[in-house]
Amino acid sequence: MIKRSRLRPLRTLGHAFIKRIWRLGAGARLFWLTLISSGESFRRLHLTIREVYFTGVMSLIIIVVSAFFVGMVLALQGYNTLQRYGSSEAIGVLVALALVRELGPVVTALLFAGRAGTAITAEIGLMKATEQLSAMEMMAVSPISRVIAPRFWAGVIAMPVLNVLFCMVGILGGYLVAVPLIGVDAGAFWSQMQANVDWRLDILNGVIKSVVFGIACTMIALFEGYDAPPTAEGVSRATTRTVVTSSLVVLGLDFVLTSFMISL
Amino acid sequence: MERTTIDLWVGIFVALGVAALLGLAMKVGNLTTVSIGETYMVSANFENIGGLKPRAPVKSAGVVVGRVADITFDPATFEAVVSLSVDKRYSFPKDTFANIYTAGLLGEQYVGLEAGGDEVALKNGDKITQTQDAIVLEKMISQFLFSKASEETKDSPPAQASTPAESTPSDSTKMEDDALGSNPIDAL
Amino acid sequence: MTQNIVEIDNLSFGYKGRMLHQGINMVFPRGKVVAIMGGSGSGKTTLLRLIGGQIKPTKGEVRVDGQVVHTQTREGIYQLRRKMGMLFQHGALFTDLSVYENVAFPMREHTDFPESMIRDLVLMKLHAVGLRGAHQLKATELSGGMARRVALARAIALDPDIVIYDEPFAGLDPISMGVICDLIRTLNDALGTTSIIVSHDVKETFSIADYVYFVANGTVAAEGTPADLSKSTLPFVHQFVHGEKDGPVPFHYAAGDYKQDLLGYEA
Repeated sequence: MIKRSRLRPLRTLGHAFIKRIWRLGAGARLFWLTLISSGESFRRLHLTIREVYFTGVMSLIIIVVSAFFVGMVLALQGYNTLQRYGSSEAIGVLVALALVRELGPVVTALLFAGRAGTAITAEIGLMKATEQLSAMEMMAVSPISRVIAPRFWAGVIAMPVLNVLFCMVGILGGYLVAVPLIGVDAGAFWSQMQANVDWRLDILNGVIKSVVFGIACTMIALFEGYDAPPTAEGVSRATTRTVVTSSLVVLGLDFVLTSFMISL
Repeated sequence: MERTTIDLWVGIFVALGVAALLGLAMKVGNLTTVSIGETYMVSANFENIGGLKPRAPVKSAGVVVGRVADITFDPATFEAVVSLSVDKRYSFPKDTFANIYTAGLLGEQYVGLEAGGDEVALKNGDKITQTQDAIVLEKMISQFLFSKASEETKDSPPAQASTPAESTPSDSTKMEDDALGSNPIDAL
Repeated sequence: MTQNIVEIDNLSFGYKGRMLHQGINMVFPRGKVVAIMGGSGSGKTTLLRLIGGQIKPTKGEVRVDGQVVHTQTREGIYQLRRKMGMLFQHGALFTDLSVYENVAFPMREHTDFPESMIRDLVLMKLHAVGLRGAHQLKATELSGGMARRVALARAIALDPDIVIYDEPFAGLDPISMGVICDLIRTLNDALGTTSIIVSHDVKETFSIADYVYFVANGTVAAEGTPADLSKSTLPFVHQFVHGEKDGPVPFHYAAGDYKQDLLGYEA
């Protein structure tokens, strides 16, 4: 006979696994319900526009400032390495490709999860805790089509927009460091970039990534809020989980998407 | 907050996004230089493509005119078949010469097209017959050392050293048509 | 048209084997104020959720306007809910909207009224609860009593047949309590609605209710008019109405022997 206590780690593992799977299923169910109740988000577009304001416009400052610094640092670090091989003109390519392919979508998604995702989770969680969602239900208004779906679509719209802004501002930051500060030729900076950045394979793929990240981050934030226990502690834990889960999912998805895009 | 203010901000936000995307496409990407529109396919056989990859640019006179679409191996001739998709706007004569060059000493490899004098233009599905293989750096170095060594023992005239490729057994006859000595140096 | 707008028939409900309600029967006649009373945790709020169709009964049924609630489709339940207005315990106002928008919310969702009409209706409803002057305030700027009144205005926005009050007096100062009390009765009579009140505040509830059900241990322990119940000699009702510490509802949660618990370590 094995002692019961020896089995405890296994039981804990099993419990954690079942819970994860259950949450995955519940999340997928909410995603599906959101999709089929999306009609109102577009029929009454101002509902969605309002959320684009809160998720997108309110995230502009953090996105623009981060992008600027990321671009500048990329240029500094890149120059440091490239000049050893006498190819400092390739600095434009390095900055642009790094931003457009990877850093733009990923860093935007991480910042989005921290800025907008947490706000969404906390808002939905508090709406639930203060019975606002139940009140809506009792008024024969579906919270999914009135509260969840507009926020979802707003996130899906805002993320790619933030991503292209991130890339553009980042490249601008890189330009400011490379050209006026270091003295790389401006013509070489832009022409090398243009010769090596492909519209479809680099830029469009980056945008596709950010759309996928937008879906993932917003849905995770919404689900965590919707699923949060209606207490102060429950909401705060859910907010933390939003950041952790979103970040991990974004990085994982990035790997999957990149490997798909490279093999194609 | 007033709904009109929100609308305005969201309008600015989306407009900024579209502007940034256009900026990326025009200023950063090569949407303006290579159209993803109409292309035609031609193929070329090479004995050795070196490190040429699909998607590598096809250039003529330094201008990107297309992309390498596909690279396959022909088991009958033991050659590499490279299909090139070339922009419809540019037509090339039938006797165009296809070379595989390296951008810089260690840069990526690309296909260079040198127009011939034929009056008939290449059509979709045509084959470029005149090709020159990629320069494999290791091979060149070993050839150079070999010829240097033989030069020293035989005390041969220096003119022989300028055509080291002649001594490689793998060289095809096609290559001899060309002024071979100048090309690798061009590429380097 | 049935005489009773809401009927609860042999209703049982429970979670995972622990039954909260066992065989409850209640009727709510049209135009009356009916109260459901009981101690905390006796499942009063759950009863309201069963009436609203938010949860399904384990056994028995709830009929609203002659229709069984739990067999309805989602659409059907939504149709039934449009006949109901609910006042939540803490108001549950939408914190991101103003007072005006909160009251306008059900109209915007369910009607195509033009803005001018919505404005008139909202101001009328707010006037009825005495808060017309506060229409531009944010929901978060209101005191507890005011929030409750705005929520009441929102609950009656679409002139429902039934208004459900979940603990309308909880956590209010005596003045606000009196105001709410008065509002429930006047609105009920003026609009001809049926009111269902869930509460444990005996004095206020007895002052306005036409009929009272006492819920204890999952069943209806007593029922009658407030006057009857005040005189009731049933031990439970007596304890509840007069707020006695010990009685059929013990002060102590079921526990083992006290002495044993304290000295247990040495044993």
